[in-house]
Amino acid sequence: MVETKGLVGSLIRSGTTLRTAALVAVAAALVGAPWYLPAYSLVFLSNLGMYVVLTVSWMLFAGTTGYISLASAVFFGLGVYAAVLWRTSLGFWTAVLLGGLISSAAAAGMGVVTLRLRGAYFSMFTLGAVELATSATRWGEAHFFGRVGRIVLPVGQEVIYYAMLALLGLLFAAWELVQRSKLGMALRCIGEDEEAAAHIGIPTTRVKVVGFSLSAVFMGCAGAIMATRWTYVDPRIAFNLQLSFIPVLIAVFTGSRRPYGAALGAVLFVALEDFLITRLPYHYMLLFGLVMVAVMLYSPGGVTAFVSRWWEQVLAWAGGRGGR
Amino acid sequence: MELNRVLDIVLGGVMLGGIYGLVSLGLNLQYGVARVLNVAHGEFATLGAFLTWWLYVRAGMSPFVGLAAALGLSFGLGWALYRLVFARLQRLVRSLEAFEAACMLTSFGILFVIQNVVILAWGADVRSYSYLPGAVRLGELVLPVNRIIIFGVSVGLGGLFYALLKRTRIGKAIRAAAQDRSGAASVGVDVQNVLGICFALGTGAAGAAGSLISMVYSIHPIMGFEYTVIAIIVVVLGGLGNIPGSLLGGVLLGVVGTAVTYWQPGLAVVAYYFLFVVLLWWRPKGLLAA
Repeated sequence: MVETKGLVGSLIRSGTTLRTAALVAVAAALVGAPWYLPAYSLVFLSNLGMYVVLTVSWMLFAGTTGYISLASAVFFGLGVYAAVLWRTSLGFWTAVLLGGLISSAAAAGMGVVTLRLRGAYFSMFTLGAVELATSATRWGEAHFFGRVGRIVLPVGQEVIYYAMLALLGLLFAAWELVQRSKLGMALRCIGEDEEAAAHIGIPTTRVKVVGFSLSAVFMGCAGAIMATRWTYVDPRIAFNLQLSFIPVLIAVFTGSRRPYGAALGAVLFVALEDFLITRLPYHYMLLFGLVMVAVMLYSPGGVTAFVSRWWEQVLAWAGGRGGR
Repeated sequence: MELNRVLDIVLGGVMLGGIYGLVSLGLNLQYGVARVLNVAHGEFATLGAFLTWWLYVRAGMSPFVGLAAALGLSFGLGWALYRLVFARLQRLVRSLEAFEAACMLTSFGILFVIQNVVILAWGADVRSYSYLPGAVRLGELVLPVNRIIIFGVSVGLGGLFYALLKRTRIGKAIRAAAQDRSGAASVGVDVQNVLGICFALGTGAAGAAGSLISMVYSIHPIMGFEYTVIAIIVVVLGGLGNIPGSLLGGVLLGVVGTAVTYWQPGLAVVAYYFLFVVLLWWRPKGLLAA
């Protein structure tokens, strides 16, 4: 009892009670979701989980260092192909794990080659990697196996949901750990001023490669999980270019540097996507493009900046009235 | 391999390379001068290709009328886009790095808009038509007439763009703005207008290239991105801001692509990418850089 009191007391003192309570409540609600939500909601929630995983893991590297990677689709797609190859022989969970490992190995390799490039060249390079992965896989499938796509043995919606939830939990834990560790500090230093970071003795290349391959683990796992939902997979589906841009778009859209902000952005994004796909299936992608342009033009600081600006105006207005 | 095979590959590659060069020249103007990394660049080629196909098949107009229409339409669209979108981004974003990132993301949105407008307007099918299907015999070599023509036209257009930059007043203003924006502005150059024209010249080149592509290859609404990737690689190959380098790099990539396709169809893009990796390691400023 005393110990509990002590824990509660320290939480109150540090002022995080509300946040912790909210986090626990959200986590409990999510774990219990299959009992009280209709089946379709699970599909929606796993889909949402995928976007949150992609966005937060992208932010883990790109958001702190400022290196805009567009290779997310490559790492996701490698996970998809891990599920394609090993879902049947090794089982679902092993395949997911392998997906993460393969993606992180690929990211490490790619990082060693490309992370000395800064700015647009790095982005172009990672962007080209998506096209490379697509056409290399397509060629390999056609040349060695004489086919285009493959079938993946499905698992239940609940398994997919829990797998995505567990991955999300791990990702948020990893985020917190990285932020508090030397690695996180080093990544932030590189983002602030890479030359200065190198001067104070941070092994910048090694830090970047580690950060890049850590972020790819989660993307690979997410790909392996989602592949079992899609059942049929081909290179265009697995290495979908859109998945490279969506995390960046969500991060820009929310303008937040915190993972919770990105999660909120992903919720808004998926809700919008769901709405548009069902209402306007033929114009969906067109509207997606227009929304993207509009966000870049009219909300450069993201929703966060927009809301706080708006809130300040409300405060100023209220203050003005109060003064009269 | 016999000499004829080699000649066949080299000539085929050179002819394909003319188109690559024209597409890349456009991206080079946009990224090299206006600093806009336009991921939707290839989409203007798609637009030009479909417009030309449509005018030829539905209205019976010569593909060269289509070429003029494609050039005009994509020039106008590019100019409007620069004024409405990229000039605004420039005012919003302070640092060059942030501007490049913002341009890249915005142009990805534009990519989706154009791709889907093309799908809604002309359908998602693969299209093609037959234009000047004859062949010329040169000893033992057989060269298709239409490929010779599109090579000639793409090199001609490339030369025209080059002359425009080197010989005209607007070209001089573009070069001045590329070198030193505030300096150019201080001697009375309307920099934003000049950069707008430069960006539009880039989309115009892509539109014209798309129109030439439709005369020889089959076309489809999502073909653009591949040309964008090719253009990016060629720009790295020839050097940023180097117009003759773009044409030369395009030809080089065309030859590599044709050789790889002859040996193993389907691996051309993989070969391009490896070339890209090697180049960035070895000569990040381009092959022709001093």
